[in-house]
Amino acid sequence: MSLLRIEDLSVTYRTSEGDVPAVRGVSLEVEAGTSLGVAGESGSGKSTLAGTVLRLTPKTAAVTGRVLLDDEDVLSMSFGRLRAVRWSSASIVFQGALHSLNPLQRVGRQIGEPIRLHDPTLTRRGVDRRVGGLLSDVGLSARLAQSYPHQLSGGQKQRVMIAMALGCGPQLIVADEPTTALDVMVQAQVLDLLTALVRDLGVGLVVISHDLSVLATTCDRVAVMYAGRVVEQGRAEDVLHRARHPYTRALSAAFPTIGDPAARFAPRGLPGDPPWPGDLPSGCPFHPRCAEAEDRCRTEDVRLRSAPDVPGQQAACVHVGAPGREVAP
Amino acid sequence: MKGEVPSLEAVSLTTTFRTRGGSVARAVDGVDLEVGQGEVVALVGESGCGKTTLARTLLGLERPAAGQVLHEGSALRYDARSLKAYRREVQLVLQDPTGSLNPRHTVYQAVAEGLRVHGLGGDEQARVAEALSRVGLRPAERYFLRYPDELSGGQRQRVVIAGALVLEPKVLVADEPVSSLDASVRGEILELLLRLRGELGLSVLVVTHDLGLAWNIADRIAVMYLGRVVESGPTEQVLADPQHPYTQALLSVVPETRHVEPTVLAGEPPDPTRVPSGCRFHPRCPALASGEAEAAGVADDCRSTTLPVLPAEPVHAAACFLSKARQGTLS
Repeated sequence: MSLLRIEDLSVTYRTSEGDVPAVRGVSLEVEAGTSLGVAGESGSGKSTLAGTVLRLTPKTAAVTGRVLLDDEDVLSMSFGRLRAVRWSSASIVFQGALHSLNPLQRVGRQIGEPIRLHDPTLTRRGVDRRVGGLLSDVGLSARLAQSYPHQLSGGQKQRVMIAMALGCGPQLIVADEPTTALDVMVQAQVLDLLTALVRDLGVGLVVISHDLSVLATTCDRVAVMYAGRVVEQGRAEDVLHRARHPYTRALSAAFPTIGDPAARFAPRGLPGDPPWPGDLPSGCPFHPRCAEAEDRCRTEDVRLRSAPDVPGQQAACVHVGAPGREVAP
Repeated sequence: MKGEVPSLEAVSLTTTFRTRGGSVARAVDGVDLEVGQGEVVALVGESGCGKTTLARTLLGLERPAAGQVLHEGSALRYDARSLKAYRREVQLVLQDPTGSLNPRHTVYQAVAEGLRVHGLGGDEQARVAEALSRVGLRPAERYFLRYPDELSGGQRQRVVIAGALVLEPKVLVADEPVSSLDASVRGEILELLLRLRGELGLSVLVVTHDLGLAWNIADRIAVMYLGRVVESGPTEQVLADPQHPYTQALLSVVPETRHVEPTVLAGEPPDPTRVPSGCRFHPRCPALASGEAEAAGVADDCRSTTLPVLPAEPVHAAACFLSKARQGTLS
């Protein structure tokens, strides 16, 4: 039994301009004590995917498929059960820690809030002790509980967000762009902290980021999303260095290897922009930007296929494997 | 670059701020830096190292407490007329294109604004169209009447760059030009900066915390820590063979170079109101903590001897007692 199992999940936002399919049939799994990275650009559906884990999608969104947290479907839970599950079974570290904290409340009180709500029997002192312990778990001084968010640096705020997510002892943590807008050194500190949680506490971790190289160094497995679908997944190392989907290759080339002569004075991008989810191209949604596209890519909407030469890796590209080797989504 | 007058130059530049408590923060604390004509220089460092303040001072947006800003050899003067003329020549490109474009202005208005501010008449439409095609928004006329929210992030950043180019500047100062853009678009914008340098001979100072970006486009790199340049030189030399323990640590935590044992520095740079004595990096320096500096006999210097300001010359140099001792050139 997996800690988190997403089965054929689709999320469609209903807007005044028509239906916008943000996630289109995604299946993923995370075991306890392992980490999964989800890579993608704006509009790829990765943040929507993160939100569905705790059913945080807006009411206007139509959600189909299943999100099994410890074998229990989050999408069909009663609201009371959902409230119990949020924070204590799974929690989210939201994107942009700099804006997710209430500027008028001391951070200790904010970290303590979910703890108080989930265990009303705890005394005030008991909550304070827990908050102090959480702050030291994330490498901050317990004294910082008395600070207001503006008194903290970006890295400290991100640690506070992680402390808050740990508050009720969840088995699963979803971190949405946990290091965007942080400096490299602080990014390294935060990533080290997240990997330590997986290693030492055995939590399952899902990290969402646009930076494939960050994911590849932090996570065991990586899934790459494009236009609402997983287009490649496999072991982190393999996805970064043995990518079989042209989009994944372009993403990894976007962050050059320092010292690689091929990247010197040769920044590599992809022509064009990610497609608008409300107006997806026909066939393979990546074909208008793909240097390897053929005629059939315009019509054939290919699903994930096993890469014959890399065990455990799958990519959604007509060029992967032999035809007829498609695996069920 | 030798023998040529640099396009932009900082000479012993110091910029200070008075904090509410009355203490003085030395955000830029004595910097010598040159950007040669047609050269791309990356100014690298963590938040709070003073790189943005240095860029703002070079743009004339902050007045230095000491030192000078030189543009093509002549010192920047701070009367309104000189500043206005200067800002035509030296243009700023900001980090977040969504924040730097007025959502109620069309692309045309955004690009033409600079021309109007500077009273440059002539064929406004032709100039706007040329700037837009230069940045790859073609056919330009199709973009004239569009609003920022109808554009992608990459297109918005191109509009911002077009707004700078329309004034035919000599220098672009770009503050984290790609950090808010999608990965696939990032390379396109960097490519554009390189192309503009090639086509127009622009000098570019890129302020960034991203060493990969420097490897992609910069001829030279200057690493800043707590208001000072601590290492500088040609990009290949600095990134392939970093001398300063701070540069070494920065490089070791870039995700793609993790085959090197990462040196994750604890904490964050100290506050510029309290610059440590000796080498300003010494309280966080892994080489001092591990005893390497002690073994080389420089630990006392690290803690108490003030280092000279690194010269602006384009040779590889580091402000570090240990690296000097290793090279056997310690005076």
